[in-house]
Order: sequence, then structure tokens, then C-alpha cells
Amino acid sequence: MNFEEKCISIRKDILTEIGTLGVGHIGGSLSIVELLVVLYYKHMNVDPSNPQMEGRDRLIVSKGHSGPAVYAVLSDKGYFPKDWLLTLNKPGTNLPSHCDMNKTPGIDMTTGSLGQGFSCAVGIAKASKIRKDNATIYTIIGDGESQEGQIWEAAMFAAHHKLDNLIAFTDYNKMQLDGMVDDVCGIEPLSDKWKAFGWNVISVNNGNDCEEIDNAIQIAKKSGKPSMIILNTIKGYGISFAQKAGVSNHSMPVGKELFEQGLKELEGAI
Amino acid sequence: MEMRQMLCSELNNLMENNKDIVVLNADLSRPNGVSKLDEKYEERCINVGIAEQNMASIAAGMSSYGFIPFIITFTPFATRRICDQIAISISYAKQNVKIIGTDPGISAEYNGGTHMSFEDIGVLRSIPDIVIFEPVDKVQLKKSLPKIVEYNGPVYIRMFRKEIADVFYNDYNFDLFKADVIQEGKDVTILCTGIMVQEVIETNKRLKEKGIDAEIINVHTIKPIDKETILKSVKKTGKVLVAENHNVIGGLYSAVCEFLSETYPVKVKHIGINDMFGQVGKMPYLKTVYNMRCEDIELAVESMLND
Repeated sequence: MNFEEKCISIRKDILTEIGTLGVGHIGGSLSIVELLVVLYYKHMNVDPSNPQMEGRDRLIVSKGHSGPAVYAVLSDKGYFPKDWLLTLNKPGTNLPSHCDMNKTPGIDMTTGSLGQGFSCAVGIAKASKIRKDNATIYTIIGDGESQEGQIWEAAMFAAHHKLDNLIAFTDYNKMQLDGMVDDVCGIEPLSDKWKAFGWNVISVNNGNDCEEIDNAIQIAKKSGKPSMIILNTIKGYGISFAQKAGVSNHSMPVGKELFEQGLKELEGAI
Repeated sequence: MEMRQMLCSELNNLMENNKDIVVLNADLSRPNGVSKLDEKYEERCINVGIAEQNMASIAAGMSSYGFIPFIITFTPFATRRICDQIAISISYAKQNVKIIGTDPGISAEYNGGTHMSFEDIGVLRSIPDIVIFEPVDKVQLKKSLPKIVEYNGPVYIRMFRKEIADVFYNDYNFDLFKADVIQEGKDVTILCTGIMVQEVIETNKRLKEKGIDAEIINVHTIKPIDKETILKSVKKTGKVLVAENHNVIGGLYSAVCEFLSETYPVKVKHIGINDMFGQVGKMPYLKTVYNMRCEDIELAVESMLND
């Protein structure tokens, strides 16, 4: 598997979803593409022909607004037909802005109200421990989402219950809807916070590098504690107009011109 | 036997036979009478600490794994505090979580205004797909729990936790979705729930002495409300009094008015908390403060009949 090419093709699909509709959460979708590719094409024990397979690894995307990124990967894996991507947020769609386990095959938890998905993931990790099925539970939270108190309630619980089957990621792109995280309500020192909560913490310098992410996951799997992998990412990464938009890319209009310009750029990159 | 002892005993029976049932507490397992389960079911009894929001979402996660979680805390923390977690993690996500809120309304007594929830039914009633159930006594609680486990979906159990007189006998036939006609009558329909059922039964002695023939219905499930039983009674009597241990906004009174106003408009009076906060006090005192005594019920019935 050529991760780099896969990431470009997933970005094209994300752009197609959002560009077809004309607006969407492009920034936080693009920042986690490498992570999703490493998880779904290397680490996760899942079966797209049997999305409810018992004992499967699970991914809870607590920053539920990254749905478009997850849908691009799930359709590529064969969970549902690729033309569903053209229906994002259209009437009656199975692909809503925020992840919905009852609508989209392959989505393991309904998320979108920030902080909750992370608690759900912790509950799922605990459930897997009781069932003794050796599943690994992955979850992704946002940096802005880390301002939610529920994140830290769940962090305390996971450490107390020694949930070493839980591997979490912070998409640390330093931006939230209203501005830079540091300006709105800073979360630093982030690594120290997670360490203080009893977690194994791995900081990944370039969170948009597949190899670095892969290495971190391999270390996390052997840690004997719940792990938080802090990914230093770039919001809107991989498509110039989105990346340049900065904090405005959280959810932004993507008209025909930008759509075509973005596709051209990605095609040129292959 | 107290209600909480019955809760513990019946959960024990259910957990013995069903390995999917898990019990989650938020540092109130002892007041809620279920701490005895901890030792026997160490792995399936989880105390999350004082973190109700976390408890609700953890339960949703465990439900997605095939477990049937019961989350147990006082009513205000089981509802208004975790309203969004119930709405999104549990109900919108279609998770099979059972929520037990204890000390409803004035039964919070000395815990006072902060712990006295008069709005919990209202909070949950506007969230789709949640069954709202208020057991009236130990017999009903015991009979309901296996049915609630059997039912696939979120259920809120609004539970008085201490000693209360039984209304039903052991041969009572329980249906989660069917209201109980406790006494048939023709003059007025009294719809009541929770601790107000005992109050209405007590009042009925006085009504009988005055020759008033009341139909008394225990609406133990407020959502979905048993329209059929209520409508049948109301068509007969043409007058309704609702008695509840809850704000008259959002609770049983609202639920009854909402559907009667459309299907069979009649005069509906209420006994309940008139949009006020709680306060410290024992139940007899609080019943006086909020006009929930037998005298108040009697007066309300008489004023309806004299209208």
C-alpha cells in the first residue's frame, strides 16, 4: 500500500463530497486523513462486508464533524457504494455532517456533541475488557474539544480502569471554530495534562506523516496504559485553498471554482 | 421493605440470569441501595465517581457493545444534568440504557432545592424515544424491571427510594404501556402518578363519604401515555384531575392536556408544583407548601363537580 497516494485519493473524495454540496467541514476532515488511512489500511481489524462483526476493532470519531473524512475512507474500503459520497447532507442522505452509527455502515458511534464520543469510547473499551475479546478501541478528539469537561472525566476513568486497549488521538491542528485554540482558551501543556491523568502520551511531530503515526500506534499498543497520541497536524492540510483559509476552514463554502482548483491540485500531486 | 431494597433484590435476580446487565453508579450506590451488588458482580458494577455525564455516555458505549446498562443517581443528576448525553449518546444513538432517578420531587426532603427535581419528566418528555415510567410501589417496581430489561430502548425510571405503602397485590398484572384503573367511577377521573397515588387513594375515603364516585387511574408510564384508558374514562366522567409530584409544566398534567385538547377537550385541573423551585423539609411539610395534601385534592375535586 502506497499511503501517500491513498491519502491523495481520499482527499479527492472529501473534496468531492463537500464540493458537490458547496459547503462543509473541510479543515478538520483534511487534518486527519493520514491517521484514518494508517488506521483503516494497516491497523484495524474490521470487515467491511460485516460492519457489525463481533470483536472487531472500533473507531469512535468524537470530533464528529470530521464525518466527510471518515465517509471517504469507509466507501473506499467498500462499506457502501462510492456514489453515496455525492449525497453528503442532501435530503435523506446516509452521510450527515456528523457521524451517525444508525445511518452509515462502518460508523461505530454517533458523535457530534463534543466530549461525548470520547466517553462512549471509554465505555466501549471497558465493555471489550469485560467481554475479553482483545479488540483495540481507537478514538479521535479535537484540540478544541479538549476544552469539554467530559473529556477529562473520561480520561480519569480510563486510567483508573487500566484501559490499555484504548488508543486515543488528539487532532492538534491548533485551531477551533472561533480562532486559535491558544487565543480562545489554551489547552497547554497538553502532554503534561494527559500524563498527569495517568495516560501513556506520545507526541507526533508531524501528525500528517503516515510513518510517524504508524510508529506511534505500534508503541501505544505495547504501553500497558490507555494511550493519547497527540498529532501535530495542519487544519486543511493537503489542499492549498483550505489550508490558506486558516481558522475559516472549519466549515467553509467550496464553490465550483475552488472545487475544480482543488481537484486539479490533487491530480497534479499524483 | 424499602423501594431501594426491592430495586437491589430484583437487579440481583436479573443480573444472575442475564450477563449483559451492568450497573453504573456515580457515587450514590449506597443511598440508592445497590452497593450490595458490587461484591457479587464486581466486573459488572461500575462506580464512575461523581461524573454523571461520563456515566451516561459510558453506558451508551457499553450498550453499543451489547450490554444493558442501568445508570443510577438522584433524579436531577439523572435528567437535567445529563440532558444532552441522554438525548445524543443514548436516545438519538438508539442505545439501550436504563436510567434510574431516585428521590423525585418533594421526596428529596432535606436535600432541598438543589436536589429537588420538579422538571425531570418535562426535560425527558421532549426527547424522542424515551419511555418515562414512575413505579408506585414495590410490587410494581419488581414486576416492571424484567419488562424494562426485555424492552429494547431507553427507559427512565423515576423512583421513590424509601418505605412506601403498597398499592398493588402480588397477583397484579403489570403492563408497562397500560395505565392501571385502581377504582372505577363515574363522577370524575383522577389521573395520578408516583407518591400522589397513595395520596389520592387516601383522599378517596373522604370523597366516598361525600358520595363522590371517582375513577382513579395510576398513569405509571407518562410517555408513551396510555391514551386509550384515559380517553375511555374521560368520555365517561367528562372531568379530569391530574395529581403529580412534579411541576405542572411539562409533566403528567401537560401530557394529559396535550392530547385531550386535541381529541376530547374537557376541563382538566391539576395538583402539583406550580412552577416553583424546591426547598428543604419533610414530605408532610412540603405537601402543605405545594398544596399536595388530601385536603387539596378533595377541594379540587369538589370545585370541579360544582362548576
